[in-house]
Amino acid sequence: MKKSLIALALLGFGVAHAQEQVVKIGQVSPLTGGQSHLGKDNENGARLALEEYNAKGLTIGGKKVKFEIMSEDDQADPKTATTVAQRLVDAGVKGVVGHLNSGTSIPASRLYHQAGLVQISPSATNPTLTNQGYPGVFRVMANDIHQGKVLGEFAVAKLGKKVAIIDDRTAYGQGLADQVDKAVKASGGTVTNREFTTDKAVDFKAQLTKIKAQNPDVIMYGGMDTQAGPMLKQIKELGITAKFLAGDGGCSSEMFKLAGDAIGANAYCSNPGVPLANMPGGKTFNERFKKRFNADIQVYAPYAYDAASAIVEAMKAANSVEPAKYLPALKKVSFDGVTGKVSFDDKGDIKGGAITLYQATGGKWEPMK
Amino acid sequence: MNELAAVIPWLGTHKPRAARWVVIVLMITAPLIAAFFGRTWMRVLDFALLYVMLALGLNLVVGFAGLLDLGYIAFYAVGAYTWAFLASPHFGLHLPFWIVLPAGAAFAALAGLILGTPVLRLRGDYLAIVTLGFGEIVRIFMNNLNYPVNITNGPQGINALDPIIIFGWDISRNWQVTDNLSVNSLFFYYYAFLACVIGSVIFIQRMQVSRMGRAWAAIRDDDLAAKAIGINVRNVKLLAFSLGATFGGVAGGLFGAFQGFVSPESFSLMESIMVLAMVVFGGMGNLGGVIVGALILSFLPEVLRHHAVPLQQAVFGTVILDPEVLRLLIYALALILMMALRPAGLIPAHSRYSRPELLKAEPVPAEGRA
Amino acid sequence: METLLQQIVNGLVVGSVYSLVALGYTMVYGILGLINFAHGDVMMIGALVALQAILFAQKMWPSLGPLALVGIGLVVSIPTCMLLGYVVERTAYRRLRNAPRLAPLITAIGVSFLLQTLAMIIWGRGYHSFPQLISTVPMQPIEGVFVTPVQITTLLVSAGLMAALLLVVNKTPLGRAMRATAENHRVASLMGVDANKIIAITFIIGSALAAIAGVMVASNYGIAHYTMGFLPGLKAFTAAVLGGIGNIGGAMLGGIVLGLVESIGAGYIETWSFGFLNSSYQDIFAFIILGAVLIFRPTGLLGERVADRA
Repeated sequence: MKKSLIALALLGFGVAHAQEQVVKIGQVSPLTGGQSHLGKDNENGARLALEEYNAKGLTIGGKKVKFEIMSEDDQADPKTATTVAQRLVDAGVKGVVGHLNSGTSIPASRLYHQAGLVQISPSATNPTLTNQGYPGVFRVMANDIHQGKVLGEFAVAKLGKKVAIIDDRTAYGQGLADQVDKAVKASGGTVTNREFTTDKAVDFKAQLTKIKAQNPDVIMYGGMDTQAGPMLKQIKELGITAKFLAGDGGCSSEMFKLAGDAIGANAYCSNPGVPLANMPGGKTFNERFKKRFNADIQVYAPYAYDAASAIVEAMKAANSVEPAKYLPALKKVSFDGVTGKVSFDDKGDIKGGAITLYQATGGKWEPMK
Repeated sequence: MNELAAVIPWLGTHKPRAARWVVIVLMITAPLIAAFFGRTWMRVLDFALLYVMLALGLNLVVGFAGLLDLGYIAFYAVGAYTWAFLASPHFGLHLPFWIVLPAGAAFAALAGLILGTPVLRLRGDYLAIVTLGFGEIVRIFMNNLNYPVNITNGPQGINALDPIIIFGWDISRNWQVTDNLSVNSLFFYYYAFLACVIGSVIFIQRMQVSRMGRAWAAIRDDDLAAKAIGINVRNVKLLAFSLGATFGGVAGGLFGAFQGFVSPESFSLMESIMVLAMVVFGGMGNLGGVIVGALILSFLPEVLRHHAVPLQQAVFGTVILDPEVLRLLIYALALILMMALRPAGLIPAHSRYSRPELLKAEPVPAEGRA
Repeated sequence: METLLQQIVNGLVVGSVYSLVALGYTMVYGILGLINFAHGDVMMIGALVALQAILFAQKMWPSLGPLALVGIGLVVSIPTCMLLGYVVERTAYRRLRNAPRLAPLITAIGVSFLLQTLAMIIWGRGYHSFPQLISTVPMQPIEGVFVTPVQITTLLVSAGLMAALLLVVNKTPLGRAMRATAENHRVASLMGVDANKIIAITFIIGSALAAIAGVMVASNYGIAHYTMGFLPGLKAFTAAVLGGIGNIGGAMLGGIVLGLVESIGAGYIETWSFGFLNSSYQDIFAFIILGAVLIFRPTGLLGERVADRA
């Protein structure tokens, strides 16, 4: 039984090879567990990019190329991340879009580096990732330092000098909150509270009550929409009038479902890149995505889309699908993605990395001037 | 090893000597077989050996001494973080592994003593839930001890842990024999881990047939009676608990070195439960059973990951369930069905030092040596 | 002062949620000595089934009032969970009654996993917004202290259920049979009690409680998700042990005490520890209290007996 299956698989590959070259691109994100909705979103983003390139029909190195996505589940767990990374390396993928979390991207990057692969993370924002000296590691999202700075300065300049900060004690939430903390202090504001919760919590009243006693102007949350939504509700239920500010994790359409009537002009968030509507390809991205997967974009799908596109664009420029050949081209790549202009600095971080601030207006996030 | 040999059907009972040789050959050639299917499997095999060590340690506590520990992973975490503190750029310390590994084991043993002293007077399920709490407490501390003083680097984890270096030979590097032939570091890790596992098995086996092993069995079967015949129940329990913790600490240190990165999310409650499931699945109190259980349960997720999609496509023509969903589903069902159909585990323990009621129908082998 | 009062109110609300879940836990543990890890997940199923029913009803009869909708949610989810509880008991736990004590625990963990996975297949991976049918508009009974109607309802519902359970257990023939089975199910059988039936009924009642808890928790926080049961389940078990396992009043008390400790602890630990600890240690309180209570007073706050099944 097993043997015949292997034979079947081999046969399948044989047929594909005869007509065109199949290029596998790996995608890794948590597809099970608490972040699985985000993981699936990333997978869809990368898949859409590759399918669109397939539809266009590319010829690289004289051969017609067909991209195939190989999607793996790292369960947001570092150990599983290294196992699936090894699996992608074994399967001979030519590039990797992933991982979603910094905690999984970092241990996996070592394996990709040893295998000479290219890894582009759509959403891991921990500065350590690109500071390890691995030439093949990139990310298409501005890192926490940059985003935290913008958020902190915005809070002090526009919303008020007294800022309370909550984070969810994940690598992402804590990293972002620390940067906001620094930026607030640097721009002359005060941090009234540092409070903490978890990425599984639903009740934040104890922390919010403590914050309320300090009467801050702004409450900043470093964490995901799944906590930020209910948190907004509880802010309202406790009669707190402070404004609410979140990073990209809270900048999703899901917020409006989860926060109900508690979200309004009092809520702000930031997202790296420029607003979808302002992008040449961005206007239709929403529609294409919806049409293909019958699902709304959660948060990072556009970044996964751009990460996959960056790999393909570099392959086109180098006229090769081999990582060793297209890596130099990737370092120089520059194209208009759906999240903004995509090009990388020496370390592999996205260049420029514009950050846009949004305000909740009329049931959706409206970019601010 | 005798237990493992006895597991092999037919051969184990009829030609024990031949069976033993089969086990030895398999142990030595396992990474080659795995390499044949791809390096992923070698990595899975390496992790499986770490789980074998964990399961052996937990078996000492649960299977031998009958103390249900649901926070066992905390000791694993202690071992891993000891490695991270003493051999990584985090504090700038780079001590050699023959200091770091024993240090991790010692800290884990100490943690076992500290936890064990107050809680070991509790029995059964209460002990289970308190140790579960302890496991969570350790994880939460590791997640939060970066403020106000940065000790563990919090949720960001600690990166770039030193690999194992034996006499200047870094086993995390591939060994370039000739230009075309290189031996992957996963091989070296396999044999390093195998050496640790074999050492543990020999130690635990000796322990089991010693005075102490019999004392554990007595406590497990009847606490009160054990006390009545003059066993110092508290000390004997403590020893089991901290010895078990020691193995967890060693496994944790190896894990840290192997992965090169530790963060609190690797030490969640789910991991504790996984290890416990391995022990129970294989057969509590039986070394062979525990090893087989750990191997099967650490391979199962990866096998599913590999074969679920092609199999569904071949049978139904389309993918009905994602492999991730299927993996969870089968894992859950396997736990339930296993317990329903074979509650004493895959390979029930020998009766001599274990609870007789687990082996109702099976005759006691006269020459059975544990 | 306002802050302290508000923290007490917060604690009462969280505590009432723990109590609700703990009631079902303590019943099953009291009679079987089984940590039914899956109890929290039955609660999750209850919430999601109710959500489905409410969404369906809203579509079919848009004119229905909020109370009727909650009623429909409960009417659908309670029997579903009862059936689920019965099926789980009958197929998974019953045959393990004389197995080594770890086996049922592993099975319970397996069932918990299974329910979560099934829920993930049926309802998907995302968070669902649960319609807030009971008002969440804050009121101020005391100046500066806020509380919402749904929170008061949660507290009242758990108190009501506790009273009802106490009545059933202490005043009815069924309750007597339950207590006898809890004491020793073999002897109870000899006395003419159908122990299997009693245990099945216990599971069914426990699951019905879980369904109600699920609806209340989901309406309180306005979200439902396939992992929403596990952690509250664990804490509820802690609450049940704190109150004295098997003791219904104790489960209520344990839940409230745990809620208060968590919320006041998270609010003041930073001041008390001179800034060394902070609210990130909120989840630790449950476990520390649990350990302390078990070591120094293993019968719990109100416990009648030590569960000694080692």
